[in-house]
Amino acid sequence: MNNKLVIGQYLPLDSFIHRLDPRTKLLGAFAFVGIIFFADSWQSYALLSLFVLLGMMISSVPIRYFLRGIRPLLFLILFTTCLQLLFAPGQTILFKIGFIKVTEEGLIQAAFIFIRFLLIIFMSTLLTLTTMPLAIADGLESLMRPLAKIKVPVHEIALILSIALRFVPTLMEEADKIKDAQMARGATFGEGKLKDQMKAIVPLLIPLFINAIDRAEELATAMTARGYKDGQGRTKYREISYGRNDLYVLLAFIGLTGAVLWLS
Amino acid sequence: MVMGIRFEKVDYIYQPHSPFEHHVLKDINVTIPSKSYTAIVGHTGSGKSTLIQHLNGLKIPTHGTVWIDDFPVTAEGIGKIGKALRKKVGIVFQFPESQLFEETVEKDIAFGPKNFGASEEEALKKAAEILPLVGLEPPLLKRSPFDLSGGQMRRVAIAGVLAMEPEILVLDEPTAGLDPQGRREMMEMFYHLYQQKHLTIVLVTHQMDDVAHYANHVIVIEKGQIAFAGTPQEVFKNVDWLEKIQLGLPTATHFATTLIKKGFPEENFSLLPLTLEALADEIAAGYERKKVGDADE
Ligand SMILES: Nc1ncnc2c1ncn2[C@@H]1O[C@H](COP(=O)(O)OP(=O)(O)O)[C@@H](O)[C@H]1O
Ligand SMILES: [Mg+2]
Repeated sequence: MNNKLVIGQYLPLDSFIHRLDPRTKLLGAFAFVGIIFFADSWQSYALLSLFVLLGMMISSVPIRYFLRGIRPLLFLILFTTCLQLLFAPGQTILFKIGFIKVTEEGLIQAAFIFIRFLLIIFMSTLLTLTTMPLAIADGLESLMRPLAKIKVPVHEIALILSIALRFVPTLMEEADKIKDAQMARGATFGEGKLKDQMKAIVPLLIPLFINAIDRAEELATAMTARGYKDGQGRTKYREISYGRNDLYVLLAFIGLTGAVLWLS
Repeated sequence: MVMGIRFEKVDYIYQPHSPFEHHVLKDINVTIPSKSYTAIVGHTGSGKSTLIQHLNGLKIPTHGTVWIDDFPVTAEGIGKIGKALRKKVGIVFQFPESQLFEETVEKDIAFGPKNFGASEEEALKKAAEILPLVGLEPPLLKRSPFDLSGGQMRRVAIAGVLAMEPEILVLDEPTAGLDPQGRREMMEMFYHLYQQKHLTIVLVTHQMDDVAHYANHVIVIEKGQIAFAGTPQEVFKNVDWLEKIQLGLPTATHFATTLIKKGFPEENFSLLPLTLEALADEIAAGYERKKVGDADE
């Protein structure tokens, strides 16, 4: 498996957070992203940070996995933070170089934005590191079930999602193999001018697509052969169920929401 | 210049320092003689594919050095020698047909030579020269590789590696998934190339009959460690050990040892036969000796 991609990489450990129902973690992560936009004081950010850090500690996932999740977004974070720092409206001018002026309000806003980014990334990384991709798909299907009443094809969406998630590692492995095979024939990747780099990807992408299409056909045949029709009345192979711990975690999130609203 | 391939204290670890850490090769010290036909055998997952990917620097050792003649491959990578090493060592991967991508067979075969600096024209000429070597007909050159049969696609992929004119040809289970006839033809083709082009061949295989037939050097790998290295005669002598680790024997050797177990006098075999021809010869010679002995009495 590829070791560069951390977002979406599940770490098979055993912890309180790993054992939670995927729906609890999904709801929690979504709620957290919602709550964080109400926070606008130091106290509320401190509380939210504490909450995330606690979750990270309980998950027993080494900290560097969370830090690696930031790397691909680092540029975006710094860019947004700098914009805030330089252009946020404010009165109390700290210093001024030419037309650039840094205000106290701008500095505080930039710090908040920075923390907000970090916390959202940490929270979603916590979700994907501690939850199997298929469990996430199952959880989403279960949470979206009410939408089936208004004719949203929930089962089909969930099926597409689980198949896609199921084949991400397979495709990545395949891409590695094809890349190796082409490199053995003297191909180079990620070197030279942008145009050359784009051209170098063709020998990788074409076999990958062809294999993926073949695989999709095989899968469709196998599913038809085993009598797959649609979601009507199907039972689940993997059952998910709420436990006492899920209740505690949901209560904790409700408490957090209340506290943040009160502090802001 | 020292020739041949030498593994010196080589370790390989997949994804070190992570929960997925996997120590696959452990303290490998082994030599593959220059111009030999070396077979690497071992169970699935024993590390054969990982081992051979060190030969052109696609994998670099976590510790230790692999020498390919006087090219060192170390944890520092292969740097500037990379391109020359990739040209010197051609690797045919497992199921190589999955690497085809060009519109026509000839363009696909020409991909390697072009990467190593040949002009379009030279590379296409090379493709036309190589095609008969893998047993395909010239009209196929202009066809799309995706219209061919599985066996033909594999031959095109092999041609793509041969077109680089490597000195060392590495074959990772090249006959997996072929029918018996296709398997035999392909093995004969490699042996023909071996004799004609004076290559060093490194063959990863599960077919002990192929080892017996074609190889003159054998490396047995068990759980990431070298369990044995020597000639086929030396390896297959260890009948009990091979059965214990469940690697199996060549058909002829199995036949001979079964005969002996059933009471056939062991003295009748001057050498343990590895191929059917040798088996027939040994049995015939045994009867001749017996006849002469009986007449003397
Ligand atoms: N990319 C990879 N990441 C982690 N482990 C791997 C990877 N590739 C192979 N392995 C593991 O390394 C071991 C040796 O694999 P491999 O060299 O392919 O063995 P063989 O070719 O003898 O079947 C196996 O246990 C396999 O699961
Ligand atoms: Mg292998």
